[in-house]
Amino acid sequence: MNIIVCIKQVPNTTEIKINPATGTLIRDGVASIMNPDDKGGLEEALKLKDKYNAHVTVITMGLPQAEDILREALAMGADRAILITDRKLGGADTLATSNTLASALRQLKFDLIITGRQAIDGDTAQVGPQIAEHLDLPQVTYLEKLEYDGEKTFTIKKSTEDGYQIIEVDAPCVVTVLASANKARYMSVRGIVEACDKEIEIWGFDKLGISEEKVGLKGSPTRVYKAFTRGVKAAGEMFETDAEEAVGIIMSKLKEKYII
Amino acid sequence: MNISEYQDVYVFIEQREGIIQNVSFELLGKARDLADSLNEKVVAILLGYNIENKANELIAYGADTVICADDMELEYYNTEPYTQAICQIINKQKPGIVLIGATITGRDLGPRLSARLATGLTADCTKLEISETRELLMTRPAFGGNLMATILCSAHRPQMSTVRPGVMRAREKDESRKGKTEKISIDFDRSKFRVRIVKTVKEKKDMIDITEAKILVSGGRGVGNEKGFDKLRALAAAIGGKTEVSSSRAMVDAGVMEHVRQVGQTGKTVRPSLYIACGISGAIQHLAGMEESEFIIAINKDKYAPIFQVADLGIVGDVHKIIPLLTERFVKK
Repeated sequence: MNIIVCIKQVPNTTEIKINPATGTLIRDGVASIMNPDDKGGLEEALKLKDKYNAHVTVITMGLPQAEDILREALAMGADRAILITDRKLGGADTLATSNTLASALRQLKFDLIITGRQAIDGDTAQVGPQIAEHLDLPQVTYLEKLEYDGEKTFTIKKSTEDGYQIIEVDAPCVVTVLASANKARYMSVRGIVEACDKEIEIWGFDKLGISEEKVGLKGSPTRVYKAFTRGVKAAGEMFETDAEEAVGIIMSKLKEKYII
Repeated sequence: MNISEYQDVYVFIEQREGIIQNVSFELLGKARDLADSLNEKVVAILLGYNIENKANELIAYGADTVICADDMELEYYNTEPYTQAICQIINKQKPGIVLIGATITGRDLGPRLSARLATGLTADCTKLEISETRELLMTRPAFGGNLMATILCSAHRPQMSTVRPGVMRAREKDESRKGKTEKISIDFDRSKFRVRIVKTVKEKKDMIDITEAKILVSGGRGVGNEKGFDKLRALAAAIGGKTEVSSSRAMVDAGVMEHVRQVGQTGKTVRPSLYIACGISGAIQHLAGMEESEFIIAINKDKYAPIFQVADLGIVGDVHKIIPLLTERFVKK
């Protein structure tokens, strides 16, 4: 069985702070990590490798430094790593990104394509289903658990707002995985050593066999018109007092506002 | 693509077991505003089985027209039949704008549609407006809520966006509104139906919906533990009515509270009449989920906590002392 896991390098958004003086993002010193849902997806692939001897390829589109997460994936146990990187691919929205990834995936053998449900920098959850559409494959999103019958059928537990669904789908297909589905394994020492020796394949635009109109800024129907940090609303009243008086203030305020 | 051919604001209506989800009413409310500023119509796309009787309800909430596809294949949500149905409707009707709830269903459907229609989709919008040039301005948080971005989809139609439940306001239901219902039939390509739903299981987690609460008593690290939350639960019970207990991410990660009660970027977006933030410092991801609440009371020991920047009333003090006293007052009432 051949599995391809699409992963993304993201800034650790929980560490990003806003400079209160300038209102801009402080990104210096913020670590780049493998997107958590993608890591959950990679673990799902590695479990299938352990059980069914699946071959696992990891692929990412990004800047040259995205090599770091591919090395990490190799050290965790992935067999092959591909970095799609080219200036022509910059400025891509989700549709252009999915077109780019799909063009690379068409050149690879797969029974299962795994992506994370969403990335923590954009939170869009779009690229997985869009890849599935470009490749004319069925999709199952919000995967919590996956079982494989060893031949062709996957049985999937999909998370929903009010419970879950059990879904069956045959290979080839696309699934998007929740970080909570798996506790990802650590890199092994042997894995780290071996990962240093493994080659990371670099694929540029020319390798993709796709029109320039479909990738990067040109291939993106959406554009950022403006970006801004959220304004702080006018501060309300503040009191620093003992509990008894504080409760009195709260009660009178609630009455004044007709909330109670 | 001749953009001027694309008109009207369409809303995908999400139903589960024949019950229209609140997010659809909220989207109809927003669609009404957008359509009024464009001088266009609001059209609801209603898919399901034995569902036509719900059309009047959608008109009462702001739709001018309901396009209804009543088909056994559409009884339950499944990606492919729904995508085929909506694509057929969109290709025929040419809407200018399509709004979809950013639910698990909407986030499965939206990107599949956008790829099939080769148009843009902006996820989890918190603000939608019409520009002077009649384009849809879609504003959404990025980088975990640290940054806001306004997105345009200028050269492609329809302009599509998803909106999280609880972000927009539904209009008052108006039974006297008039509208029309158009029944259509969908021409399915069943060879593409490759996903088999074996069973759908409801768990207890649907019992609580903090987005529906009128008052939220919300706890963070300062509440400490299960015992601390007991104090919050006692206050919520004393206030009564539609009051619920919610939580910051820290207490969910610590295993003290369930994820369904989490407010914030990775939890729910809430806008109750009253939000009482107890021992919550107010990380930006939390603020993103609650700052639209009508009235915010924050109680925190640390007077520099960011939660005070969004609070209408800030109390610097100990939640463990204040909450029980406040509960007593409500019990006495």
